[in-house]
Amino acid sequence: MVRRVMLRRLWTISAISCLFLASCQKETQVERANREGILLVGNSAEPKALDHQLVTGVIESKIITSMFEGLVADDPLHDDGAPPGAATSWEPNEDMTEWVFHLQPEGKWSDGAPVTAHDFVFAYNRLLHPDFAGPYAEMLYFIQNAQAFNTGEITDFSQVGVKAEDDFTLRVKLREPVPYLPSLTRHYTWFPVPRHVVLQHGKITDRFTKWSTPPNLVGNGAFKLTEWRFHDFIEVRRNPHYWNAANVGLNGIRFFPIENPYTETRAFLSGQLHTTYQLPSDLIRTVKENSPEFLRQEPYVGTTFVRINTTRPALSDPRVRQALSLTLDREQLCKHIMEGFFPANSLTPKMGTYEPEPKLEFNPEKARALLAEAGFPNGDGFPVFSMLISKPAARAGAEAIQAMWLKHLNIRINIQNMDWGSYNSAQQSLDFDISSAGWIGDYLDPTTFLMMWTKGNGNNNTGWSDPRYEALLAEAALKSDPAERYAIFRQAEALLMDAQPILPVAYYTRNYLLRPEVKGWHPLLLDNHPWAAIRLEP
Amino acid sequence: MLKTLIGRFFQGILVLFVLFTVTFFLIKELPGGPFKSGEKAIPEHIRLKIEAYYGLDKPVQVQYYRALTNLLKGDPGLSLRLEGREVTEIISQAFPVSLQLGLVAMLIAISIGIPLGVIAAWKKNTLIDYSAMALAMIGICVPAFVIGPLLADQFGRRSNLLPAVGWDPTHPSSWFLPALTLGLATAAYLSRLTRAGMLEILSQDYIRTAKAKGVGSFRMLVRHSLRGGIIPAVAFIGPAFAGIISGSVVIESVFAMPGLGTHFIKSIEVGDSPVILGSVMLYGSLIIIANFLTDLLGLWLNPRLRASR
Repeated sequence: MVRRVMLRRLWTISAISCLFLASCQKETQVERANREGILLVGNSAEPKALDHQLVTGVIESKIITSMFEGLVADDPLHDDGAPPGAATSWEPNEDMTEWVFHLQPEGKWSDGAPVTAHDFVFAYNRLLHPDFAGPYAEMLYFIQNAQAFNTGEITDFSQVGVKAEDDFTLRVKLREPVPYLPSLTRHYTWFPVPRHVVLQHGKITDRFTKWSTPPNLVGNGAFKLTEWRFHDFIEVRRNPHYWNAANVGLNGIRFFPIENPYTETRAFLSGQLHTTYQLPSDLIRTVKENSPEFLRQEPYVGTTFVRINTTRPALSDPRVRQALSLTLDREQLCKHIMEGFFPANSLTPKMGTYEPEPKLEFNPEKARALLAEAGFPNGDGFPVFSMLISKPAARAGAEAIQAMWLKHLNIRINIQNMDWGSYNSAQQSLDFDISSAGWIGDYLDPTTFLMMWTKGNGNNNTGWSDPRYEALLAEAALKSDPAERYAIFRQAEALLMDAQPILPVAYYTRNYLLRPEVKGWHPLLLDNHPWAAIRLEP
Repeated sequence: MLKTLIGRFFQGILVLFVLFTVTFFLIKELPGGPFKSGEKAIPEHIRLKIEAYYGLDKPVQVQYYRALTNLLKGDPGLSLRLEGREVTEIISQAFPVSLQLGLVAMLIAISIGIPLGVIAAWKKNTLIDYSAMALAMIGICVPAFVIGPLLADQFGRRSNLLPAVGWDPTHPSSWFLPALTLGLATAAYLSRLTRAGMLEILSQDYIRTAKAKGVGSFRMLVRHSLRGGIIPAVAFIGPAFAGIISGSVVIESVFAMPGLGTHFIKSIEVGDSPVILGSVMLYGSLIIIANFLTDLLGLWLNPRLRASR
């Protein structure tokens, strides 16, 4: 009797559970979000912070650009478009060393306070202040005396070339002609901070106060922060005080820091996301066959390369580095492993009218001759180096390169996998031989790819430098005519490609998934889609 | 009894202190450092400023003393990875998720594992026994990162019955797949332990006597055998529960869950010592408490143990 009652109870509970579970999933999260006008975005990882003066990454940039706006906004359609942002108009002087920005008179912070030129001056003062120690302050070094103030050579901020003429006029004096300054101001390091809110929570030099956490964070962008749950989601909602609020197409955005790309893809395919941050290359074919309507493959201003530690014996010889480069079959790598990527023929991908001289080729015969000339005929006596990788996705590429070098040069390398932090740290302290690496441009000018190979630059990590290369960059910096600048950059890049402290492999393609109901989302080289222009039309 | 309790308490404190000290110095041995391991290098003069801000420029013994006193005050300080956020805030957001997941997973493990073990023991050396134990072996051998995506794909993406990814504390439907994935391996162990325990009890004389007196199978199993038969399983449940809570990082990755495991692993990657220390101390305390409770439960279940104390 007892058993029968227990069994009956068990059946009842099971039936109720099944009904309950089944009923939970009638409407997918995307369908509900479509109804509510909320965009569900896969954003790969948890941001380090939402104070844009404390971060350096792309992940953070996606969220920050929804809540803050620079002087110039991103154009939803064109990479070179420069629609008004916090500024309505701007003009340079003749040699482009001084720019004046006229701010939106209607510009407001999300708490209703006006956005003024003083907020911009305050922001640049804060980021450059040595006591604040902003990690990406160098992005402001274009401003006259900014570097000197940041490194403590001068202590009076009034000597730095940025000034609020009045509440709505900002004058920026530069250390050199910068014809692409409007494009540069779209980077978050150039965004303002709400002076009144930052000071309400602490001093200008305080690295951490509660100002940038919900509900305190105040921005001047189309959306405002409403919720932040670590490793869960960050939600922003429409900012009614935004100067162009009437033209904002979404009611909100929810960013999901889903780090595992396979999990993210599954979330998308089961109706939990409108777009993913990435798509693993081994899933591209499956998606092409089963759901081609979701697949997006777009050029992205980035290059993958093999980084060489030129302080190591053998690798210090440019002939060895050239030999390694000449035996990289980039066509095959892109065809079979880095699906959607394009074989690199130099470092900088084509951007606007800048296109570097094609310098890279696949020529094993020439490579063998160079290696023999360097003292390693048929690879004899060549040391066994390690290639450092971090992301699992890099392993297939590293193995292919390992096989190519063995086949064409008879040299062996090991592959060493490290966690992300140790990988970065090993490179920064030159504690590696060879590594698989990449670089994504911060703005659309060749300097974003070329400046880091100068001596002492924190992102160089090759041990290589050349005064001739630096002289060319310095010469280009004095030119305001784009054609003249680009001609010098081409020379500098040719020099870099002869020295080969890095062996470019492929130009990035952004492989990701996007639902068709997301409108106003167009291919852009920097992948900075202005959130205000996006709409949901199910 | 009280003496045992007090003894165990001080033992626990000592274990925690050793755990803290060992972890602290191990973190110092990690390559790089929290501000040397970013994607983009931070200029030297700025990095030194940031390190000074966090007191990382001080001698290691000063850092150790500070970390210890902060922890004793219940405030491990600020995270170095999620800059400016307090460790207590991070743990208070993430730990309830891990705990909730662990509890549901344990419930599932017990509901599957113990009945399976009892049935296998009852039907010893039959097809039912072999099938149950084969199933248990599969549960032990197949790792969560295989089972998780398979379950998520089948019940989430294909049939759209349950969310394939994510965790919503207010929607039990989102708990089921991650908890099932996490609970399966424990269920498998439990079933094998229960089977072994039950077999031992079922071979006892008093069971034979009960059978001879005509006691029904169900009554005999539940009333007369289970209490003794599940002792090995209960001894396993305590540490397993602590393990489930602290070892859910694979599940968190497969189901994109905001638990403490992800914070823990990410913190180790960048040498975020306040979060590592905070999490290790929490996990350590949990394991100590779980073991202690298991011992108490063992005493309650087994009168012979009580007598020996």
